[in-house]
Amino acid sequence: MTDLCRLTLKEATDLAKQDGAQSLLNAFSKRAQALNPKVNAFLRFDPAKIEASVNKAPLCGVPVSIKDNICIDGREVTCASRILAGHVAPYDATVIEKLKAAGATLFGQCNMDEFAFGSSCETSAIGPCKHPWDLARVPGGSSGGSAAAVAADMTLAALGSDTGGSIRQPAALCGVVGLKPTYGRVSRYGLIAFGSSFDQIGPITKTVEDAAILTNILSGHDPKDSTSAPRSVPDFTQALKRDVKGLRIGLPKEYFIEGIDPEVEKSVRQAADLYKKLGATVQTISLPHTEYSVAVYYIVAVAEASSNLGRFDGVEYGLRVPAKELREMYFETRDQGFGQEAKRRILLGTFVLSAGYYEAYYLKGQKVRTLIRQDFEKAFREVDVILSPTSPTPAFKIGEKTADPLAMYLSDIFTIPANHAGIPAMSVPCGFTASGLPIGMQLMARPFEEAALFRAGYAFEQETGIYKKKPTL
Amino acid sequence: MKYEPVIGLEVHVQLKTRSKLFCACSTEFGAEGNRHTCPVCLGWPGSLPVVNEAALALAIRAGLALNCKVAERLKFDRKNYFYPDLPKAYQISQYDMPVNGKGELLIETKAPDGALVEKTIGITRAHLEEDAGKLLHEGIPDGSLVDYNRGGIPLLEIVSEPDLRSPQEAYDYLTALKAILQCIEISDCDMEKGSLRCDANVSVRPEGQEKFGTKAEIKNLNSFKMVAKAIQYEIDRQTELVESGEKVVQETRLWNDAKGVTFSMRSKEEAHDYRYFPEPDLVPFTLSKETVAAIRKTLPELPRERAKRFVRDFGISSYDAAVLVQEKGTAEFFEACVSAGAGAKAASKWVLNDLLAILNEKNSAIGDCLVKPDALAGLIRLTESQTINSTTAKAVLIDMAATGKSADAIVKEKGLAQVADTGLIERAVEKAMAANPASVADFRAGKQKALGALVGAVMKETQGKANPKMVNEILLKKLSS
Repeated sequence: MTDLCRLTLKEATDLAKQDGAQSLLNAFSKRAQALNPKVNAFLRFDPAKIEASVNKAPLCGVPVSIKDNICIDGREVTCASRILAGHVAPYDATVIEKLKAAGATLFGQCNMDEFAFGSSCETSAIGPCKHPWDLARVPGGSSGGSAAAVAADMTLAALGSDTGGSIRQPAALCGVVGLKPTYGRVSRYGLIAFGSSFDQIGPITKTVEDAAILTNILSGHDPKDSTSAPRSVPDFTQALKRDVKGLRIGLPKEYFIEGIDPEVEKSVRQAADLYKKLGATVQTISLPHTEYSVAVYYIVAVAEASSNLGRFDGVEYGLRVPAKELREMYFETRDQGFGQEAKRRILLGTFVLSAGYYEAYYLKGQKVRTLIRQDFEKAFREVDVILSPTSPTPAFKIGEKTADPLAMYLSDIFTIPANHAGIPAMSVPCGFTASGLPIGMQLMARPFEEAALFRAGYAFEQETGIYKKKPTL
Repeated sequence: MKYEPVIGLEVHVQLKTRSKLFCACSTEFGAEGNRHTCPVCLGWPGSLPVVNEAALALAIRAGLALNCKVAERLKFDRKNYFYPDLPKAYQISQYDMPVNGKGELLIETKAPDGALVEKTIGITRAHLEEDAGKLLHEGIPDGSLVDYNRGGIPLLEIVSEPDLRSPQEAYDYLTALKAILQCIEISDCDMEKGSLRCDANVSVRPEGQEKFGTKAEIKNLNSFKMVAKAIQYEIDRQTELVESGEKVVQETRLWNDAKGVTFSMRSKEEAHDYRYFPEPDLVPFTLSKETVAAIRKTLPELPRERAKRFVRDFGISSYDAAVLVQEKGTAEFFEACVSAGAGAKAASKWVLNDLLAILNEKNSAIGDCLVKPDALAGLIRLTESQTINSTTAKAVLIDMAATGKSADAIVKEKGLAQVADTGLIERAVEKAMAANPASVADFRAGKQKALGALVGAVMKETQGKANPKMVNEILLKKLSS
């Protein structure tokens, strides 16, 4: 039975086409039931309710899991926060409609950092998710539950959301593939917002091919999301050709800095060498404004977050702490409902938007954001794909960085720039540390050129076969 | 020292769209609580706004009618504050790139000497934003309820420059603004239903001083008359303060109509910091010249142009024309009445003096009136042909308004037609002279007043139906013979 869980999405749908999805669903239910108490990747999944319908749609009823900040009609959705405990979504997110139409069985709802605020899944109000390769470590975040569930073969694939690296960093730490599409490629309708001008939904999968299959399903203009791009979507699986001849790859010198784990650096440089061997050209490039990325992110994204989270006030839905006065009800509800990191970011965001500070912080931050985007535009005149580490370190220990928010924020130092610029970026497993922890490399491309990522990612993955190595649980 | 008031008005009008500003929910008024709501206008987690293009078109239409510079590029912003009627804890509004920039409105107002003068009032901006829900407190023992039907209905906030100098000017500005907005059919402008709301900024300064005094913002103004009353109160209050050497505090004040006073709601220190920032869910967008030009083409004749045309083409007074065009329905009624054959001056007089009085009494709109323009023209015809006199005609109009019948029918039914039969009037005159010898003698002795009593006697004799002109002529002839 375990063998079924080891299948890729592609293999599983091929199987389900012949035999139906029920045996797959049974296998995943059994495995998730056995492993979730250890890994805590799912906040919710109900094996009793998981049954295949007769399904001829492309995904043939195979299980896909959903980060718990994406609305599914009639199901609880909490963002792993006390303030939304018991909140049942009254509608489907656009990506959920698309998955349903494609025949997916919506399986687990995945653990995450509260409201996607974090890089370790430790801010979840329901308790941290664990790293499938080492249960004493974090799976990364904020889509830690999604990445861990895929890595632990508890689901075939999962959706995550990425505001500053929340798909790619946990994918890298857990040894799976994670794609943040171009901003506007995938509808945000039904994604509970963190930083509206950064957020994108994307797939976390076992292989690059699976990521391409899901990106085909998820992408496209949505009239319900004014920021979604009215652009046609190519068939991304056409990019999977094991051919990188002539592909121009850039290594940004600002991404190989002091403080980066030597094993991570070595692994990514080896990947560059492999690309050369496969016929790509590799050159060093510069993205000079990289050093401001994290600081600017913690101004602009939290400003948006402070406004987006205002609606959790105890009036309409979620937690309400009753009180005699309206103000007291607001204070108590938000005090008891939000965790430490959410409060930190709401305060920070409220501060940078305040009268007298707006120009100095938010407006200036937006200007720097433009500079960062221009860095990429310039670089992409010389190269087709940018290669870097996804995360400066492999998975760290649970509790290691919780006392030091700044150290935690630096986990996203290489992933945040792509969110500033809105460009597509993908993390692909590229090796292991001596102690056996996965290492991920990040590929970035021009806006709406996800195909370039699939092309480069697939060639590397097929050449190395790294994705075949599994954790023992 | 004399003090001069400086007044600016902020007017919110609900735009007459079928659906809300950022979702497809109905804007119907008076529906059962929270019937017209969805995840978007309730601000449920994950939902996103999409701009209603019909609302944008109405906003542009208003901007063009108010001579505003319509933006080429516009964006929406979030205005953040906590209140239960605001489900997202921010209102989507427009901060620094409003759809309509500077404009102006030419008003007619009464100078202190009573003369009618024209004055141009600057419009600072007119921007789009979403309305909030409504809090219900009454009859709820333990807390309050919120009705979000109104939440998300498109509003146009029209901000005037501080160009107004008296409560009268403020009143006339509002009247002119309402006339235009109704004329271009972007809003019902019904203060009772809340589709027009007005806040007033008032300050005073010594006459001749350029610098503005400290202003107070007055809210809770539910009619144009209330606006004028509250401004007058505020001018008096602030003048008194300044004269006694005290300072005016910058604050928001509420008008209490029952007591006829304003009172402090919150001071500047307690004022909200709205933390405006660009709405990331709605990217800035460009308005094409073609779009704006197409909307401009659909603009109807505006009230002031219409008034000028009435004066030019119909020869009525500019005062009457100005009053006629204040309500679109009134102006259209008048014009239809003239088209139906009535003389313009008579039509204007009958509409302004008589018909509006009847409607005011019934508190009903001219559109709902049972008297139609051609029916009023029929009544006017009867007076011009002297079939009935003006006193009778007024009574007939009241009847028409109550029953919807034509003037002809009422006159026939009640036998009200004037008597123009010379023989009959002669006999009545003779009878009246015989019955009132004293009056006859007085008149012949030179007392002109005595004629009135004799006319009255003739009218009494003919049950008010005798043609007054003929009665006069025959009486004078007989008295002088």
